[in-house]
Amino acid sequence: MFGAIFSGKSTPEIVVWRPLHFVSAPNPHPLPSSVVREDEPLLVASARAGDAAAFEELVARYEDKIFRLTSNITGNREDAEDAMQDAFLKAFAHLDGFHGESRFYTWLVRIAANEALMRLRKRRPNHFSLDQPIVGDSELMPRELEEWSPNPEQLYAKSEIDNIVSAFVEQLEDEYRIVLVLRDVEELSTQETADALGISIPAVKSRLLRARLKLREKLSRHFRQGAEN
Amino acid sequence: MNCKGVIREISNYIDGDLDPVVRKELERHLEHCEDCTMIVDQTRKSIKILCDSRPVSLSSDVRARLHTALHRKINHDPS
Repeated sequence: MFGAIFSGKSTPEIVVWRPLHFVSAPNPHPLPSSVVREDEPLLVASARAGDAAAFEELVARYEDKIFRLTSNITGNREDAEDAMQDAFLKAFAHLDGFHGESRFYTWLVRIAANEALMRLRKRRPNHFSLDQPIVGDSELMPRELEEWSPNPEQLYAKSEIDNIVSAFVEQLEDEYRIVLVLRDVEELSTQETADALGISIPAVKSRLLRARLKLREKLSRHFRQGAEN
Repeated sequence: MNCKGVIREISNYIDGDLDPVVRKELERHLEHCEDCTMIVDQTRKSIKILCDSRPVSLSSDVRARLHTALHRKINHDPS
């Protein structure tokens, strides 16, 4: 039996700026990252051709999501804000380097992840390693072995679930959190995650496995039958 | 495959990233192990809940700072 085995700092200034013609509202509802709006390739092409308004629209479309990413990686509000801002500035400066081999968002995520990681490493030198082998599998062993309520999402309001998940992500060890966020929040592939972090595919997989199992343990405490009482 | 083997492969299984022979072994185990079936199901649900979590909106001052910096960059560095 299972249980027996596993017991910018920019100061405002007057900026000469031509009117922007937003394709949509400046703060649209964020999209699931798996969804690409049909106009994105056109916007990217326009931005690459020097259309600042097109780039502004791309920023408006993804700023909340990129801020979530940099927050999730750095765990520090100030670093997250700076990393987000610098990511967009670098993306603009290097638009010529984007040739459409991946989604624009995936390219942006890589830049933002790099900015966020630089700040995290600065704040916690020698504190975490993304490519050291993980020794032993004691962390893998599930402890919570109770059935969940049939509809766990109905036990809490969506905002409460978001808070629970956000708190979990914040508490997770750096090396697991970063991989989990890139794979399961930003929906990068294993290869894209490995490339973004400069680590091997087995290193991504072993961290993702542990992170997902830890997430299940955490959510089990909230979603097991009777937890609502 | 035993329960430990299932746990080690659970992530690859959920991602559809298992060798067909290993996947068949794992599924054969799930047919008679309620605990492992539950863990697989809950892990899958956990990933979906995480994936569906919404980003917090940027505060207006951070958004303003970002866009001011962008405008400055674009004006100084027209491409």
